[in-house]
Amino acid sequence: MKLKHMLLAAAASVAFTGPVISEDLPECENCADELTVVSWGGAYQASQVNAYSNPYAEMTGTKFIYDESSNEAVAKLRAMNEAGNITWDLVDVEGPDAVRLCDEGLAMEVDIDEILAPASDGTPASEDFGESLISPCFIPQIVFSTTFGYRTDVEAWNGAVPTSVCDIFDLEKFPGKRALEKRPKKNIEWALLCDGVAKADLYDVMETDEGIDQALAKLGTIKDETIWWSAGADTPQLLADGEIVMGSTYNGRLFSVIEEQNQPVAMLWDYQVFDFDGWIIPAGLPEERLNRVKNFLYFATDTQRLADQAKYISYGPARASSAPLVGKHAELGIEMGPHMPTDPANMGNIIVNNIDWWSSYSDDVDAKFQAWLAK
Amino acid sequence: MSSTTTTQTGLPSDGVMRAADGTPLKRSLARALRREKLRSFLLILPLLAFITITFIAPIADMLFRSVENGMVEETIPRTVEALKSWDATSGELPDEAVFEAFHADFVEAFKNKTHTRLGLRLNYEQPGMSGLFRKSGRRATNLEPPYKEGFIDIDEDWGALETWQVIKRASPPLTDGYFLAAVDAERTADGIQMKPEKERIYLFLFWRTLFLSIVITLSCLVLGYPIAYLLANLPLRTSNVLMILVLLPFWTSLLVRTSAWKVLLQQQGVINDTLVWIGLIDDAHRLTMINNQTGTIIAMTHILLPFMILPLFSVMKTISPSYVRAAKSLGANDWTAFWRVYFPQSVPGIGAGAILVFILAIGYYITPELVGGTSGIFISNRIAYHISTSLNWGLAAALGAILLGLVMLLFYVYDRIVGIDNVKLG
Amino acid sequence: MSSNRGAAVRFESVQKSYDGETLVVKNLNLDIARGEFLTMLGPSGSGKTTCLMMLAGFEPATHGEIFLNDHPINNVPPHKRGIGMVFQNYALFPHMTVAENLAFPLQVRGMDKSEQERRIKRALEMVELGAFGSRRPAQLSGGQQQRVAVARALVFDPELVLMDEPLGALDKQLREQMQYEIKHIHESLGVTVVYVTHDQTEALTMSDRVAVFNDGVIQQLSPPEALYEEPQNSFVAQFIGENNKLSGEVAALNGKQCMVRLDDGSELLADAVNVGGVGSRTTISLRPERIEVVPTDQQENQVEGLVEELIYLGDHIRVRMKVAGNDEFIVKVRNRGQRWDLQEGQMRKIGWSAKDCKALDAVS
Repeated sequence: MKLKHMLLAAAASVAFTGPVISEDLPECENCADELTVVSWGGAYQASQVNAYSNPYAEMTGTKFIYDESSNEAVAKLRAMNEAGNITWDLVDVEGPDAVRLCDEGLAMEVDIDEILAPASDGTPASEDFGESLISPCFIPQIVFSTTFGYRTDVEAWNGAVPTSVCDIFDLEKFPGKRALEKRPKKNIEWALLCDGVAKADLYDVMETDEGIDQALAKLGTIKDETIWWSAGADTPQLLADGEIVMGSTYNGRLFSVIEEQNQPVAMLWDYQVFDFDGWIIPAGLPEERLNRVKNFLYFATDTQRLADQAKYISYGPARASSAPLVGKHAELGIEMGPHMPTDPANMGNIIVNNIDWWSSYSDDVDAKFQAWLAK
Repeated sequence: MSSTTTTQTGLPSDGVMRAADGTPLKRSLARALRREKLRSFLLILPLLAFITITFIAPIADMLFRSVENGMVEETIPRTVEALKSWDATSGELPDEAVFEAFHADFVEAFKNKTHTRLGLRLNYEQPGMSGLFRKSGRRATNLEPPYKEGFIDIDEDWGALETWQVIKRASPPLTDGYFLAAVDAERTADGIQMKPEKERIYLFLFWRTLFLSIVITLSCLVLGYPIAYLLANLPLRTSNVLMILVLLPFWTSLLVRTSAWKVLLQQQGVINDTLVWIGLIDDAHRLTMINNQTGTIIAMTHILLPFMILPLFSVMKTISPSYVRAAKSLGANDWTAFWRVYFPQSVPGIGAGAILVFILAIGYYITPELVGGTSGIFISNRIAYHISTSLNWGLAAALGAILLGLVMLLFYVYDRIVGIDNVKLG
Repeated sequence: MSSNRGAAVRFESVQKSYDGETLVVKNLNLDIARGEFLTMLGPSGSGKTTCLMMLAGFEPATHGEIFLNDHPINNVPPHKRGIGMVFQNYALFPHMTVAENLAFPLQVRGMDKSEQERRIKRALEMVELGAFGSRRPAQLSGGQQQRVAVARALVFDPELVLMDEPLGALDKQLREQMQYEIKHIHESLGVTVVYVTHDQTEALTMSDRVAVFNDGVIQQLSPPEALYEEPQNSFVAQFIGENNKLSGEVAALNGKQCMVRLDDGSELLADAVNVGGVGSRTTISLRPERIEVVPTDQQENQVEGLVEELIYLGDHIRVRMKVAGNDEFIVKVRNRGQRWDLQEGQMRKIGWSAKDCKALDAVS
């Protein structure tokens, strides 16, 4: 009986791609008719539109206005706040930005259990989201990771493929250009891990000047062979063009290069760095608009909707209860489970982005990193 | 002739010239002029208002932000007051009175959710402060006296001398901290000092921005001068077609241009492929022409070329061909005629073009960001970083103010050497 | 080519076309003697400036050869021709002082400093601008600029100086004064001058010979007096000075004289300068000042005309008449204080000598 029920549920989630009318969706009282949603554009925003906005619009008739300014969200929200005119209702940001916005008082603090739906088995939302609740203002949505992709057709490697993140630093065995992000975060951690620092001591070492020097020295061994990227699309393009042999980027981007564009590229999950991405509500919204936002969020973050998003993009749902519902890609028809950063097979070594540490030290480390880069 | 009697010389007896209606002529003239002035003022009023709102006010705001520091005093006024009597160099922690004042301030700040903002502000002075304030949060508000022990109990950093030195140093409503940071200096307990060698970046970037802008200006000049000459001397129909080609970069979107450069310049790109195919370079030594200074120089020269060509063209258009003919008839060969007669007359165009290109180049950041890699980025890229990513707007404003000052200084130097009136747009 | 050796400049069968379809200069043959002041006169578009530019080397000849002192110069670049030139708008280098402008041709010839200074001083004195050496061209009046331009064209002692409408930008009084000055400089230096203008007074005042250009062809090449007194065709007669035209056909031809029957039937005796046979069309050309309003028996030609308009001009009275169907017939009556009893609307007999009227080709 129980098995049969699960199979049916799984079949339903795969086969039934039309709008799912959620009977639990509360009536929206005193709500605005429009909703301005800010996200990252591209395939990611498309996955949100498909999984959340379209079904919600069909049910409620809400008019969605989309903006693609997430990478400037913090600066823009601060400017809007200074001007006293908040035009956004809901903003998709990465974890560190959410913490920052919360610190600045630009995002609204929310009570997760009050505004979000519990899991289908009744587990309160706060428990279901667990670790991903990194800030009182943050409503988590997905888990993504920064990891490495490499070309599988490099002749100079004589058939060897990288298996450890430290192979990035091995120019002898794996010659060729690499791409790393033009920011210290993650690069510093990887460099120290590959220079013999234990994972547990990582942030203590990084807090010292010597630790940063050590990391930069390690990065210095491959500096001449590195292209430093600033846009997430750079590494996939460089890999596809054969400009680099390996490089870091977001796992969803690599999925698209490998599975959608069929490039000779493979993924290296070792020491992938986990990050959360989710919503924040700008502080100071008028009541009508706030009500609409809350109503939409209740729908868009429920167990099924988060699982639905994974049909369009290879990022893992932030709810524990969504994971079993992740099915096949909506167009490619391949199982998405193994492509999730949260898949146990990919979780051998991981780092979770230490937002607290970086929010305190990033200015300082960034200055050192940029000074090091510039010379 | 009514009230005033006129003497023989035409001057009235009281020595004051009067208009027909008897008002003194000077006043009458002044009134007429005033009316005229008022009218001209009304004509420029819309522009003046526009410029004030969109240009002068933002710059003033920027200059103000680069020294503004009211937040510390606003958020923790009692602490700032109490810290005044504390000697930061004494080597001892502030007394309980300061901690008590700080607790009262903190409770209020927590209620207004401004304590984390203060933490962010202080974090510019001392890494770790934002975490300290965020962590202390609710626990600090529930403290009972003695507060000193209580705070240190929450986080030992509250017992660090440095924490309180930073707060005291950041208390005044105006700060030079941003400007110091912008020139790689900092204020320590021992006064103003340069930052450690490996943290210095801005002076280096200012220097590189100037250097690359000069290189870009020169390459625009070298490439643009012959084109402008050609344009100015071709028949109108041909020159119009050529002009469209010159202006083409203006009409191409940034994204298309950037992709084009990448396709052309990257190591597996068209130029390298061609060179390898010809045999000029071998496959293992492909040229690196993008994601470095070369990339920035090539791309920015391409974008800014029209700004050099257009002023040059309009100045050259006014140079009559008879000057060169005259020079030749006087015995000058082609080069001498060009160098001694044509070129000096085109100098105002060079001046205008060079200033235009240089000033545009010095403030560019999108193109260097896209194709400059690490060695080809400008100071503006750091300003953009502090505006949109690190959100240290005070530092961004200070860097911007220095850049503004630098441009004005260069203007002054240019005026001194060449003369600003020796600049023509046609 | 052995003929005419010794000419300073020789154009030989020179043709010029800009577009490959029409000729701007058609088969030009012209010798200019050493020390001669030759003016190319003609309306705009007549080809005179093109000839000058070909001579200076700024335009290549499409066909033919130009000789300078018997050396062909078609392949000699302008700066090696050693020809001084004064341009229409002077082309003084605005970024140089007057002295620097004058020094320019000397410097490019590598002349030493003291020699340069001596020559500049001499040239400036020649044009009476001794004190102006340190001024910029923009600080000079038009006349002064003109003199500097002349001085600059002469300072390196060229044998040949070309002047392209050099006085066009000056006002009337200054222009007349400069005409004499240039004439005097030419006389005292003995250089060859080729002068281009569209102003006939200028041409007549200054030149040894004038070449009248029209339509790419030299219509007449003569000293000034001959140009006025003996025009070879009606274009020249019309272009130089004032002229009355009467058209008719040759009724009889007798050596140097001919009888022309006008269209209204009256017959005139004229010099047969350029006519076809008996019965061919011809145009009579007649200067207004040669006509008498009180004709005597000495005047062979006497006709009746209607006085249409009288204009008092001080030294003379201009009478517009209708004669033989031409109502633009002008008579100039010298003002000698006599009253000729002229009235508008009056029919009046006028007369002139046969030698004062020329029968020319009926070219328009």
